Amino acid sequence: MHLIRVIPCLDVDKGRVVKGTNFVNLRDAGDPVELASRYDLEGADEVVFLDITASHENRDTIVELARRCAEELFIPFTIGGGIRNQGDVRALLNAGADKVSLNSAAIQNPEAVNECSRRYGSQCIVVAIDAKRITPRGEPPRWDVYLNGGRVNTGLDAVRWAREVVGRGAGEIMLTSMDRDGTKDGFDLELTRAVVEAVRVPVIASGGVGTLEHLAEGVLAGGADAVLAASIFHFGEYSIRQAKEFMAARGVPVRF
Amino acid sequence: MTAPLYIIDYGSGNLRSVQKAFERVGVQAEVGGDVAGIRDARGLVLPGVGAFGSAMEELERRGLAEVIRERVEAGVPFLGVCLGQQLLFESSEESPGVAGLGLLEGAVRLLPVQLKVPHIGWNTIEIAKASPVLEAIPNGSAFYFVHSFVVTPRRPGDVLTFTEYGVGFASGVERDNVVAFQFHPEKSSSLGLEIYRNFARNLC
Repeated sequence: MHLIRVIPCLDVDKGRVVKGTNFVNLRDAGDPVELASRYDLEGADEVVFLDITASHENRDTIVELARRCAEELFIPFTIGGGIRNQGDVRALLNAGADKVSLNSAAIQNPEAVNECSRRYGSQCIVVAIDAKRITPRGEPPRWDVYLNGGRVNTGLDAVRWAREVVGRGAGEIMLTSMDRDGTKDGFDLELTRAVVEAVRVPVIASGGVGTLEHLAEGVLAGGADAVLAASIFHFGEYSIRQAKEFMAARGVPVRF
Repeated sequence: MTAPLYIIDYGSGNLRSVQKAFERVGVQAEVGGDVAGIRDARGLVLPGVGAFGSAMEELERRGLAEVIRERVEAGVPFLGVCLGQQLLFESSEESPGVAGLGLLEGAVRLLPVQLKVPHIGWNTIEIAKASPVLEAIPNGSAFYFVHSFVVTPRRPGDVLTFTEYGVGFASGVERDNVVAFQFHPEKSSSLGLEIYRNFARNLC
């Protein structure tokens, strides 16, 4: 039976985890690898590292993180954020990252999606889409793709963009609702459903998780293949195990 | 001193995670791509990502295919992972006309296209026959898969585990000293490590 994935996301700045974490018994709570290993033990199916380092001069730090993860983590991991070109993709995959996630690089140069998936295989090329609703409530919804944390509208329709990048070889879509991100109001389920129905690759729902119910909804109502969350796990509100028990009780097939 | 386990490198990418997984269960493994290394090893691991055709081409060009066949026929424990499982068979739809290692009879086929392909993620296994390599692995356990092609063994007795992804396929095969999995034990958390531990136990 194919199982639904629960994915904690860690924001990393200059090689260190930035958002606070409430784990006890960690030697170094800022070490992304140690935190990720902890999530592995708790039953996380995958880990996503989002590099939010502003300067490109620190690229070596994230490559070093990929190298250490490949040595110490026994679940798949994805590295996203700050990937500008194919050289960055190559460096991360060679260091042992299972997947890389492209966001603005795909928008600036869509051909990069074709080239990377042709060279390394679709299975390791994820495209991250940050989408924001542009129609008022009550009207048939539409979403645009945004950049820079929701500040810049690209004018691209999110559902069409998802279809395009999959056509170009993306193996997975990491879909974040910029309206919901950080709100704890739950996923934008209409957005999730619209993208899931538009593409034939797995969609990771992201943005807005505040309760365990939200995780189950992302799958049952949104149709997502994987659910991603950050703060509910980092601040110790819920463990991965609790999340999975809740989802299983709702009939979502998960791994224990 | 020769490491007991030799992870065969034919230029197919990062093999460090496989090596580290063995280290985690207390087994020193050497990564290398030379004939002498394969000949001296007490156990062989053939990992691999990429295409069937180019992998076989590399194995033949480096003279490794022949020595792998020779050692397997001599009874050396062999573990294939992912593409390493597919390479054991005779041919693949991925690379028509290219002969595989041919240590097991059957072909490699593309997963039916109405499903999402590649098949990526965690999926369960049904154990078809008892094996030391599956010791302490409960039936229905989940492992991590990333693949588009599946093996179709001609001898039903070679099937070790089944997995359902729209169709049922052989996610594990075993005959005598040869065992192989389509999934990635090194990416399958504690149960994946358990499989490596079980495999390595046979070496000593």
